[in-house]
Amino acid sequence: MSSTTNYILGVYDDEDEVLHAVGEVKAKGIKIEDVFTPFPIHGLDVAVGHERTRLPIAAFMFGTLGMICALSLISYTMVFDWPMIIGGKDFFALPNWIPVTFEGTVLFTAFGLVTTFCISNDLWPGNPTLPLDIRTTDDKFVMAINVDKNKVSAADIKKALKDSGAIEVNVK
Amino acid sequence: MAGHSHFSPANVEEHFEFTSEGKKRIIYAFIAGVVALVIGIYLLSKGEAGGHEVAAAGHEAAKAGHEAAAEHLSGGAVSHQPEAEEHYNWMNRVWANVWLNAVFFTGIAVVGMFFVSLQYLTKSGWSSVMKRVPEAFPKFLYISLPILILVFFFKGDVIFHWMHHGVTEVGSPNYDKIIAGKSGYLNKNFFLIRLVVFGGLWILLWNMLRKKSLEEDLNGGTEYFTQLVKIGTAFIVIFGASSSIFAWDWVMSIDTHWFSTMFGWYMFASWHVTTYAVIVLTILYLKDKGLMGYVNENHLHDLGKFMFAFSIFWTYVWFEQFLLIYYANLPEETIYFLERWEGYDKLYKSSEILMVILNFLLPFLVLMTRDAKRTRIFLKIAAFLIIAGHYIDFYQMIMPGVLGKHGGYGLVEFGMVTVFASAFIYVISGELTKASLVAKNHPFLPEALHHDI
Repeated sequence: MSSTTNYILGVYDDEDEVLHAVGEVKAKGIKIEDVFTPFPIHGLDVAVGHERTRLPIAAFMFGTLGMICALSLISYTMVFDWPMIIGGKDFFALPNWIPVTFEGTVLFTAFGLVTTFCISNDLWPGNPTLPLDIRTTDDKFVMAINVDKNKVSAADIKKALKDSGAIEVNVK
Repeated sequence: MAGHSHFSPANVEEHFEFTSEGKKRIIYAFIAGVVALVIGIYLLSKGEAGGHEVAAAGHEAAKAGHEAAAEHLSGGAVSHQPEAEEHYNWMNRVWANVWLNAVFFTGIAVVGMFFVSLQYLTKSGWSSVMKRVPEAFPKFLYISLPILILVFFFKGDVIFHWMHHGVTEVGSPNYDKIIAGKSGYLNKNFFLIRLVVFGGLWILLWNMLRKKSLEEDLNGGTEYFTQLVKIGTAFIVIFGASSSIFAWDWVMSIDTHWFSTMFGWYMFASWHVTTYAVIVLTILYLKDKGLMGYVNENHLHDLGKFMFAFSIFWTYVWFEQFLLIYYANLPEETIYFLERWEGYDKLYKSSEILMVILNFLLPFLVLMTRDAKRTRIFLKIAAFLIIAGHYIDFYQMIMPGVLGKHGGYGLVEFGMVTVFASAFIYVISGELTKASLVAKNHPFLPEALHHDI
């Protein structure tokens, strides 16, 4: 979030109020960039109109990758590179490998998802992004509106935020 | 969230009407099943006379297979096939089918009770909108349990190796030391006692639960809920023991020499996921009729998750049982899978493969996404796949042990399952009409109506 962006922040002190305020502000044709809260609020992402996360698709792909990697590694080592007979089974003893393949699938999915999530949310170590309002980590709820992406004037946005119950309206 | 309909419990009571047209359709299905069954039995009785060449050819192939197996296993597997062949009668296939379907539908009926009990034990809210559907299932126990008792009493020796004449008598030509060692548990009287006592307890507790649940509709008040929690808890305890015991009794003891400590779980997992599929289909049928409008995609999503999760759970249990036996490679254990994979001229191999595809791969892929679990058509497809797959699963558990090389898929199988399924639908539809489809005084109903995931 570069410093040239113009944000108007409405600060609320109650989760029900911010949830209702989202509907009221949107009804006036104002596009909400995001809402920052100390804890998840049920139904907020739907109210703001965020698209559903595509993390499940990433999960499926990481899982498939993990399965392929696990099977490739085991079959390379146990069948092609240094064939070994274990427990009198064939070299290609697929049932024996299922538990390890399962673990590989889960491992790749977990690590891949955490990494994807952090990257897509700008949460890598050393990222200088600071919260728009530090009180969203404590007990305040902040609705952020990007002035440049809205056709509504800044004054109208401020008024709409006040009307919807914001205890303060700040510009950043 | 804005936009919730204001739903007052007082005005939600609605009843399913089992119309005479609906009754007729189910009776026609029942008659079609009976006709298929009769033709199938007729063909079986004819086929036995002319089918000796086929049987002989199969016998040789099976012999070859056995030799190969014996070589592979370095002997040691005790096969009881030759003895079974001596008193094979073509009617055995009919009795085996009765047993298979009675076990399968008993499972669906009793897991309906298990589901409701579990919801009370965990004090779940979301399920209170649809709990009347599984609550009606155990009614079928009144039909399936007597069938099990009668078939066991009169035709048990067809199904169970341990009931064959003389297997436990020292000096008898049929004497079998292993089975004699198990006769303290596997004997006719004790089996019947278990069946009657636990089956009776199931029916008794269901009646208690049903009665309280209907009284709650009339009077309301949380005291009914606390009583229902107690009944549900008692049932879970009893079912925990009896589901395993019945898995050993009804299915595992068919292959009397063989045993698996995971079998109780395995059979329960199969029953469990089938029942979720039946619940989903029933609710979707009622929704298509314009009823149960308050069951929305959030509730269906939860049921879809159950189907998805317990398909994987079944796969886990099934595979774990297979893996341990495969890995340890003990002849007396591997014989079970050998019969289903290579035995009897590979008679059961294709259905074994089909079963894993239907029960794991397809539900896993069909129900994986969130949207699929919230879309009726995908739920219906997955539910049908699961029911068909688990019917085949039970077929695989029961038929190779009872019929061996005489098994198969024919008109008898299709007729019998149609007869049982239409009887099940008829009984459950009748039971559904007896109460409002929504438990209107359930204390968690408002929570369930606002369920949102």
